[in-house]
Amino acid sequence: MLLKSLFLTHFKNYRQAEMEFSRKVNCLVGPNGVGKTNVLDAIYYLSMCKSYLNAVDQQNIHYDEEFAVLQGRFERLSKKESIYCSIHRSKKKQIKRNKKDYQKLSEHIGLLPVVMISPVDSVLISGGSEERRKYMDRVISQYDKDYLDKLIRYNRALTQRNRLLKEFARSGYFDTDSIDIWDEQMIQLAATIHQKRRSFTDELIPVFQRYYHTISGARENVGLAYRSQLHEDDFRKLLTQAIEKDRVLQHTTVGTHKDDLELTIDGHPIKKAGSQGQQKTFLVALKLAQFEFIQKVKKIPPILLLDDIFDKFDHQRVDQIIQLVSDQHFGQIFLTDTSEQRVKELLVDRQTDYRLFRVSTGGQVEQANN
Amino acid sequence: MDLENFSSKLLQEAVDEFAKLPGIGKKTALRLVLHLLNRDQEEVNQFGNTIIKLRNEIQRCRSCHVISDGELCPICADNNRDHSTVCVVENSRDVMAIESTHQYPGIYHVLGGIISPMDGMGPGDLNIQSLEEKVEAGQVNEIILALSTTMEGDTTNFFLYKKFRNHPVRITTLARGVAIGDDLEYADELTLGKSIQNRTLFENTLSSQ
Ligand SMILES: [Zn+2]
Repeated sequence: MLLKSLFLTHFKNYRQAEMEFSRKVNCLVGPNGVGKTNVLDAIYYLSMCKSYLNAVDQQNIHYDEEFAVLQGRFERLSKKESIYCSIHRSKKKQIKRNKKDYQKLSEHIGLLPVVMISPVDSVLISGGSEERRKYMDRVISQYDKDYLDKLIRYNRALTQRNRLLKEFARSGYFDTDSIDIWDEQMIQLAATIHQKRRSFTDELIPVFQRYYHTISGARENVGLAYRSQLHEDDFRKLLTQAIEKDRVLQHTTVGTHKDDLELTIDGHPIKKAGSQGQQKTFLVALKLAQFEFIQKVKKIPPILLLDDIFDKFDHQRVDQIIQLVSDQHFGQIFLTDTSEQRVKELLVDRQTDYRLFRVSTGGQVEQANN
Repeated sequence: MDLENFSSKLLQEAVDEFAKLPGIGKKTALRLVLHLLNRDQEEVNQFGNTIIKLRNEIQRCRSCHVISDGELCPICADNNRDHSTVCVVENSRDVMAIESTHQYPGIYHVLGGIISPMDGMGPGDLNIQSLEEKVEAGQVNEIILALSTTMEGDTTNFFLYKKFRNHPVRITTLARGVAIGDDLEYADELTLGKSIQNRTLFENTLSSQ
């Protein structure tokens, strides 16, 4: 699968930009703050219907404009796919595939898989458990619509159940029947969510470990483990046991919304025990494993978006990563870097087809080679 | 649009009223009001009176709670319909949607909403008691649960299933030809008609949900 061209209108700092891409490597170079990352984010947006970096849609619109439009011409399984997305300040966002509206945005997710590796991924290590659940959810949703649907429904049922607990606390009246019906929905949905998260992590772990060792060349043992209250006990039983606590706290304290991923190095949490270099390698390996996993399930290589990943890596690791991703089974790649020189040196002897785009202040893009 | 500076307060008030309707902004409201002003006085009187009459005289059918002109709606009053089959829906609009398929010979029961704590709707706010009375009187052989396939619709279906499963009544639900999350209102007539004919036992949908 590949992105042939991208047309941006009023997206973030771009008033208007048009780019035609190489089938293999596309490099966006320029100083910090000129908006190189925003191009990667636009590609991510066209795939996932939301920004990787900014959860508030309106903030992705150029500050003095009313709307933004993203258009991408893709080629997927030898077929042309034209994706149109508009974001308005006062209207619902709209995604069209070949000029046809989607009824629901979730129908689009997974059609054009992407994997983004970005400095903000460090929240996976430093942040709370919701960051790691979000990570699992994003990945699994790209290849499994049933998962996404059940996840949305689970979250909805959870919100309703929490609302009911608050209402009970307010009115001083408790009614088991009303809670039971939400429990029943959550139990059924959580069973699928739990099972799918488990099989995803089971498959991901060995691939992840292989990538880690290839990039680092070191022997330390890295681990990734899926933690869930549902490993320990039947969800129905957990809900029954927790009901008094839930009533006091006025929210639901057990369920798959409490799941976590445990990230370790030599048996210790990487957050505390890993050096900066180890943590960064850990994240890149995790993302590359995710890439391989999605490719295996979807049978098409995702687009790989590498945001500023050479920064803070030594030359040897950078070289390892570039060697890995220039490999045949990786498809189209987009990367950003502050140094045009570094990018040229990395790519010039590899006989890889590449295009270089210079980005400058005010969202000006100029193609610098062929 | 700023109408404060307009010469007519009457005009401004009328525009404000129209702008309260869903999907109508101030600009459209002004266009509609000016349009009415260009019509015959008699025609506009009729327009106004129709709405006043509608609001004052409309009733709810005492049996099924659908919007009705009389105490009993034409569907409930029709002896040719199968009164032992009751299709449970959220609102009167759903009744119209199913009626337009011409595939359903039974009667309806309008709940007047679905269970949603976020919207302050609990089981006690719905027309469930009158359905219970019908079932307990032994008038009902089959209840068809035809609520939207949203989380709240499913939960309400489940609530009703739990309530009636120990009664001698068959509880069915629409075949899922209707896409998940679609409201009945948006399902096309053909799909909806088929999903009523091919309904399934509710308990069979529970584990596969
Ligand atoms: Zn009636």
